[in-house]
Amino acid sequence: MTEAATIPLRSPARARLLWLVVVLAALLLLGALSVAIGTRQVGLDDILAGLRGEVGTIAQAAVSARIPRTVLAVLAGASLGLSGALMQGVTRNPLADPGILGVNTGAALAVVVAVAWFQISAAQSFIWVAILGAGATAVFVYAIGSLGRGGATPLKLALAGTATSIALYSLVVAVMLTRGDIAGGLQAWQIGGVGGATFARMGPVLPFLAAGLLLAMASARKLNSLALGDEMAAGLGERVALARAMAALSAILLCGATTAVCGPIGFVGLIVPHLCRLLVGVDHRWLLPFSALTGAALLVASDVAGRIIARPAELDVGIVTAFIGAPFFIWIVRRQRVRDL
Amino acid sequence: MTAEAITAGRLRRARYRSRVIWTALVLLAAGFAVTLMLGQSFTPPQDVLRVLAGQEVPGASFTVGQLRLPRAVLAILAGLSFGLGGAAFQIMLRNPLASPDIIGISSGASAAAVFAIVVMGLDGAAVSVFAVVAGLGVAIAIYALSFRGGVAGTRLILVGIGVQAMMQSFISYTLSRAPSWDLQEAIRWLAGSLNGAQLAQAVPVLLSLLVFGGLLVMRTRDLEALRLGDDAASALGTDVGRTRAVVVVAAVGLIAVATAVVGPISFVAFLAGPIAARIVGPNGSALLPAALVGAALVLAGDYAGQFLLPGRYPVGVVTGALGAPYLIYLIIHVNRTGASL
Repeated sequence: MTEAATIPLRSPARARLLWLVVVLAALLLLGALSVAIGTRQVGLDDILAGLRGEVGTIAQAAVSARIPRTVLAVLAGASLGLSGALMQGVTRNPLADPGILGVNTGAALAVVVAVAWFQISAAQSFIWVAILGAGATAVFVYAIGSLGRGGATPLKLALAGTATSIALYSLVVAVMLTRGDIAGGLQAWQIGGVGGATFARMGPVLPFLAAGLLLAMASARKLNSLALGDEMAAGLGERVALARAMAALSAILLCGATTAVCGPIGFVGLIVPHLCRLLVGVDHRWLLPFSALTGAALLVASDVAGRIIARPAELDVGIVTAFIGAPFFIWIVRRQRVRDL
Repeated sequence: MTAEAITAGRLRRARYRSRVIWTALVLLAAGFAVTLMLGQSFTPPQDVLRVLAGQEVPGASFTVGQLRLPRAVLAILAGLSFGLGGAAFQIMLRNPLASPDIIGISSGASAAAVFAIVVMGLDGAAVSVFAVVAGLGVAIAIYALSFRGGVAGTRLILVGIGVQAMMQSFISYTLSRAPSWDLQEAIRWLAGSLNGAQLAQAVPVLLSLLVFGGLLVMRTRDLEALRLGDDAASALGTDVGRTRAVVVVAAVGLIAVATAVVGPISFVAFLAGPIAARIVGPNGSALLPAALVGAALVLAGDYAGQFLLPGRYPVGVVTGALGAPYLIYLIIHVNRTGASL
């Protein structure tokens, strides 16, 4: 990690607490905006009534439909941000992201196959399928990317991920073409969005997200050791393989479950950990929770922006994050010296 | 080693290469003949010849003249374009993974084509022109973005991957704005398909092959010199900057025109070069053989997608699925030899 040289390992505790307050405040503000802003203009009294659960008028109904959407955006953003931070930690690679590594496409292919061929529609099995797909792809891409000289360099991982993602996507297309009846729904899901969320649909994912979160927090200290290099970590008494497996499992749980509900949303997992390293340094015990909070804020902000930019229609959040994220990706690539990459 | 031995070796290699090219041409012609004769039904060769000569043959005139011939011609022309363009990029960037479909140039062209068709309502040659201009724009942008006191191949590929992600999400967005466009048809085009091919569509592809393909083939020697590195190439008397510029314009032109007509047939540009290089070996430039391999891939892929698989698939799905295992092999192989990654 080159950041270690330029960014202090620990920001002073006070600065970190300050940032914590700032990020929390931003998240709350964005959440409020997400409930208040949408295609339909609503007044303050309607918002308050909608928050109390009244659906008497159209405006109140609109507000109460925005609440689960906002909650989903928070959950999805937190999971993706956390998952990105974990992946970057495990692979020690600044470009790791569920989208770039093709993990999202793997989950998408698994879901599409399950829907088209095995008539699976229960949310519970949907999630398992997505997590299995994400896991298989992650292992596959990492295995290919780390073959040969120099181990898993960022370039090899990114190429292996992109190419795998293209190949898997053409399989997705092959499946979708045979099933015209479900192609529309699948194509909409493919873009990645949080629109049309309901609490009922979110329910089944929560245990997976909770498990992922717990595993992530438990592996924070281990990731700190891994950052020193495998030999050093082993020398410090860390069981390297176990630490990697734990963090990777948690990352896969988080992004697989999120993809099952929202569809593939890219780049949140890439941007957020970088921003957070600037704010709080490279200590994973701080970095991981911060990535979750910042990820939530970023996704809610992107969702709100998508509603404002394309009025009266909406821009799916997956498109907004790609347009913010891709330039950011390029910026990281330009910033680092090629040898580091 | 005496001068005679060197000359003899050179002659042997040139003979081997021309044998390869002739064999490929014969095979391609055979494949072309088979696709004209054999579809859902069998048409005897004498009927095919009479149709080609312009005579009216009951039954065969429609199936061969209207359905099979345009399809086969377009397959070969598009395959030649993809093969040439892809191999030119791979040779110039000295990396088999740096093909236009992985570094975002194909996506740029297809994004432009989708935009031209869906939003601006253009068709025919106008779409091709638009795609070429946008493809060049994307190529220049990638080049400029990866410029930092010189362009390193690694950085260029990574920047391309970022651009590719952005273009993909632009395509998704444009499609989601186009409710009138049949989604099934859009997915088919985006996968790359020869459905509904007409001879008139082949004209722009043929023109671009003559102009851009001719430019590339004339530059073969300079292009091969670039393989040795920029310094060595200049020492050998190659104008590196001008060669690069010509190659980029010509290769992008080939890819963009073909993409505008048949869609981004996945992985043909990526596969043709390495396959050709394996066949030709160290016996000369793989540029022309790559074009022939590309044509063979598209022709065979389209045939397999129509008749050899259960259900009918567009050619891009077949090449995409075929490309996946080869890609894995290639990444593993490149990694093991530790070549340019």
